[in-house]
Amino acid sequence: MIEIIFASGIAVGTALLFPSLGELINQRAGVTNLGTEGGMLGGALAGVIAGLATGSAWWGLAAGALAGVAVAAIFAWAVVLRGGNQLASGLIVWFLMLGLTSVIGRDYVGQGVTSLSTMPIPVLAEIPFLGRVLFTHDPLVYGGFLAIPLLWWFLTRTRAGLKVRATGERPLVVDAAGHSAVRTQFTALLAGGALTGLGGAYLSVGQVGNWSTDMTNGYGFVAVAVVIFSAWRVGWTAGGAYLFGAMIATASVLQARGFAVNQHLLDALPYLVTLVVLVIISARRVQQPEALSAALSTR
Amino acid sequence: MIPNPQRKTTAAVGAALTAMFVLSACGGDDGDGGDLDADIENPLSVGLVMVGSEQDAGYNQAVADAAAELDEIEGVDVVTADQIPENNSVTDTMQSMADQGVEVIFATSYGYFDYALDFAEENPEVTVLHQGGFHSGDFPENFGTYWGAAYEPVSLGGMAAGGVTESDRIGFVYAFPVAQSIANINGFHLGAQQVNPDVSTHVINTSDWCDPVRQQDAVRSLLNEDVDVFSQHQDCQSTVIQAVEEAGEHIVGYHYDAVDLAGEAWLTGSTWNWAPLMSEIVETVSVDEFTGSEFNDNWLGTFAEGNNPLELGTFGDAVDEDLQNQILEEEERLSQEGESVFSGPILCQDGSELVAEGEVATYEEVNEFDCLIEGVVGNLAQD
Repeated sequence: MIEIIFASGIAVGTALLFPSLGELINQRAGVTNLGTEGGMLGGALAGVIAGLATGSAWWGLAAGALAGVAVAAIFAWAVVLRGGNQLASGLIVWFLMLGLTSVIGRDYVGQGVTSLSTMPIPVLAEIPFLGRVLFTHDPLVYGGFLAIPLLWWFLTRTRAGLKVRATGERPLVVDAAGHSAVRTQFTALLAGGALTGLGGAYLSVGQVGNWSTDMTNGYGFVAVAVVIFSAWRVGWTAGGAYLFGAMIATASVLQARGFAVNQHLLDALPYLVTLVVLVIISARRVQQPEALSAALSTR
Repeated sequence: MIPNPQRKTTAAVGAALTAMFVLSACGGDDGDGGDLDADIENPLSVGLVMVGSEQDAGYNQAVADAAAELDEIEGVDVVTADQIPENNSVTDTMQSMADQGVEVIFATSYGYFDYALDFAEENPEVTVLHQGGFHSGDFPENFGTYWGAAYEPVSLGGMAAGGVTESDRIGFVYAFPVAQSIANINGFHLGAQQVNPDVSTHVINTSDWCDPVRQQDAVRSLLNEDVDVFSQHQDCQSTVIQAVEEAGEHIVGYHYDAVDLAGEAWLTGSTWNWAPLMSEIVETVSVDEFTGSEFNDNWLGTFAEGNNPLELGTFGDAVDEDLQNQILEEEERLSQEGESVFSGPILCQDGSELVAEGEVATYEEVNEFDCLIEGVVGNLAQD
């Protein structure tokens, strides 16, 4: 039972992992993008449209990432170039994408795309327990495993990553040092958008293999929350995403096993557990990027 | 860097786009009358409001198909709107239809009831029909609700599931513990039990009428319990069908005949055929005889009356001829007066009596079922 919970959790959590990592890049650069949900929707629909057109889930994932970049570009234009309020602009982008995808998506609802097939990793998949949990997934799950250390390395060990973090703390210092804080934020938002769109496409073409209206169901907002409550740390952000996935799996596994649990509790479980755990582990060491709070206060 | 905090340029765009919804007139030329032998003397316009997409391979596509058939009838113009959420949007949509001269509106989602009833009371010149059935109380002269005894064909689908399963474990993915779903789960299990006394039905709910992520997760969890035949009560069924097909197991559909999508996985299913009923209602309105008619009420179609709008779908290859005949014989039996899927004795999971020996449950009683029956594994979502 624990095995299936963790295995499903990793699969479902991957759809949340990519947008969470994307939002982490955004916030480390000093921008909160509440439009993440909109980027996921755009990615999910673009993924299905491209998947249907090409017959390949991989093209779907690529299209999803591109759509995520396009949605992020709208947001970045409003916030970084035109100085729009971050929270308001993010919500508008979400509304915009919700309307747009439900209108464009009408003709695509329910049409089946062949989703990614699982590729158990030889030898490793034979390991008891861990083998099934970690090594019996589709390639994008393994991509997620790789993305976590890569992003950590990028943010903490490279000059470009340092520039992103510096922009998130003191944009003026970055400008004074002869770099462009605006350009850094814009690029960071586009990169975050690519990951967000990829997460949406992973949901639609990677996992379930079809589009349905508003199929992201608020996961984009969960991603934003996961980043904040993980105290802007890569490892904890990833852990939060997988934990959320595992809690969704728990709800159905408990039922499949015939346990009677209060429905409202089951529905709230993923949100409750993820928040509580992240709050507890990050309570002592919060290092919010300075520019984040500055951007959200009235100046 | 925030160079100019005074700009607020994007708000209007988002609002404008989200507020738009699409009213589409059905294409096709009026004329040949399709397969329906309706006789419309006074031409009139009909509107159908749907909660989901016309292409969902499920509940809403069944309605959209009926709309297209209605449009074939000479003297009937059809306007449809889909993806209308269960809030004031329904009222707005019905109002804009009425403004276009629509005289009959079919509000085709269970959750539209209150909006449809209010709209009927305020617009006596428009006849409003609610799809979903079973509400008590007095209706205005221009309002009615209709439905079919869904558990009848669902129990036949259960027979297919019980006959095909090799693990003797079949699964049912439902959304909410509403009366219709409870009746469907119980009917499905009773059907399966008829052909396979050892079968157990395992239930999971998704807390949403159409959430692909949860649907897939439910299938995954049931597969892990060795379930090898699935059915569901969801609005959209693509995800469940695809997940089951990918796992190489079998599916019994609901709402819509998705044999094309399911391929080898398809056993059979229940499929809504609304057009005959809707055309009869439209005909009744066109000759001004709606008020006081059977449709100005709680209308219910059943096998016994020969007018159940939910019909048994096509059989897949995995259902052999013997089993097909057995299912068709049962359909014959249920079509006789006084027969019911729910003939006692039927016990709840806790051993209490749901239907007494020698009794049959009436439709009203079925709508008050609040327990899963013996042989069903799992629990109803608790409040």
